[in-house]
Amino acid sequence: MMRTFLAILARDLRLSVRHGADTLAALLFFLVTASLFPLAIGPAPETLGRIAPGVVWVCALLAALLPLDRLFGADLEDGSLDLLLLSGLPAFGIAGAKAVAHWVATGVPLLLAAGPVAIMLRMPEDSVPVLLLGLLLGAPLLSLFGTMGAAIVLGARRGGVLLPLLILPLMTPVLIFGVGAADAAATGLSPRPNLLLLAAMLAAAIPLCPIAAGAALRASAE
Amino acid sequence: MLTAEGLAVFRGERLVFRDLSFQVQSGGALVLAGPNGSGKSTLLRLLAGLVRPIAGRLLWDGTDALADLAEHGRRVAYVGHLDAVKPGLTVTENLRFAARVAGRAVEDALDALELRHLADLPARMLSAGQKRRLALSRLALTPAPLWLLDEPTIGLDTASIGRFGTLLRGHLAGGGMVVAATHVPLPLEGAESLRLGEATVVAG
Repeated sequence: MMRTFLAILARDLRLSVRHGADTLAALLFFLVTASLFPLAIGPAPETLGRIAPGVVWVCALLAALLPLDRLFGADLEDGSLDLLLLSGLPAFGIAGAKAVAHWVATGVPLLLAAGPVAIMLRMPEDSVPVLLLGLLLGAPLLSLFGTMGAAIVLGARRGGVLLPLLILPLMTPVLIFGVGAADAAATGLSPRPNLLLLAAMLAAAIPLCPIAAGAALRASAE
Repeated sequence: MLTAEGLAVFRGERLVFRDLSFQVQSGGALVLAGPNGSGKSTLLRLLAGLVRPIAGRLLWDGTDALADLAEHGRRVAYVGHLDAVKPGLTVTENLRFAARVAGRAVEDALDALELRHLADLPARMLSAGQKRRLALSRLALTPAPLWLLDEPTIGLDTASIGRFGTLLRGHLAGGGMVVAATHVPLPLEGAESLRLGEATVVAG
């Protein structure tokens, strides 16, 4: 079972390396959208620094949505999804492997880029680590919710449009507590409750999202 | 041994077939025939556990085959009409997933349908027939006893059909089973045939 899980992960990561442009697109989207804010709002450090955590989180959230359309879509179109479902791994394991692949290919690069972007937006330096800690817990949540949504809209016409409408409401708690942690640190409060709530959501999402995604995959293969 | 008892399938609002019963013994082959839309592909997907029957049972050695779909997936090798070939990966890389799942080396599959000289070519450079050979090469890796083949020889040249026949005979000689849907004769001697019809549902 573990062997099949790792085989799916290895296959997906190899595909994201081979389709490097698609993989980089999410990261570039994140960098470009975040850079628009100083241009639109003006470079005043106090304004920018105040909204920086929110900008980083919202841009990361939207960027993480970009590759979801193809997460299962490509496999459904070329028939690979059938082979995955017949690989002997339960459907939730397949969804889990896909979520990990999305996290490695999209979540980790976004996490690495978030620090420089926050500093570019004049965020107070001492609260940057808390923002990153929040994203460290939040990025896997985006991958898990995203995988679930991608599996549910799989095979639906205009699934690409439906997907953000389905996922973004689910992501709002993640956004609220993630930004809340960074804001608390900036105002001298403890970010601990917010971070613990994010961790609790992650602990619940790790088993639940793959199970829901697996059931959706089975349904879309019919 | 695979036993189907009174299978029926709905696709959307349409009844594709009903009261379908047949048996495939170890080392046996079953060829599905019938006009387009008679449910050959649907039956193959049902036997793979990808489609749920609305009525009837599918038994594997006497126990319900579809009770544990992941377990059943390990018993099945499915080649559908889509080749499941990733254009961005080379031939070897395309086979690697099947090889890892089976715990074998890609090497074992390259000679089955003469893909060795194409091994490092990206799959997007392959012709339709070569992609089909790549899809069929996965069969040489799998330890699954039941092969489900949907029009397996489409686009293959005569030499490849011959090699594919060797692969099939080896599988059947080793006690494997084959269920194939086809319109053209397959290199399968002594296979039983099951005819699916739109108007008449034949129980074999």
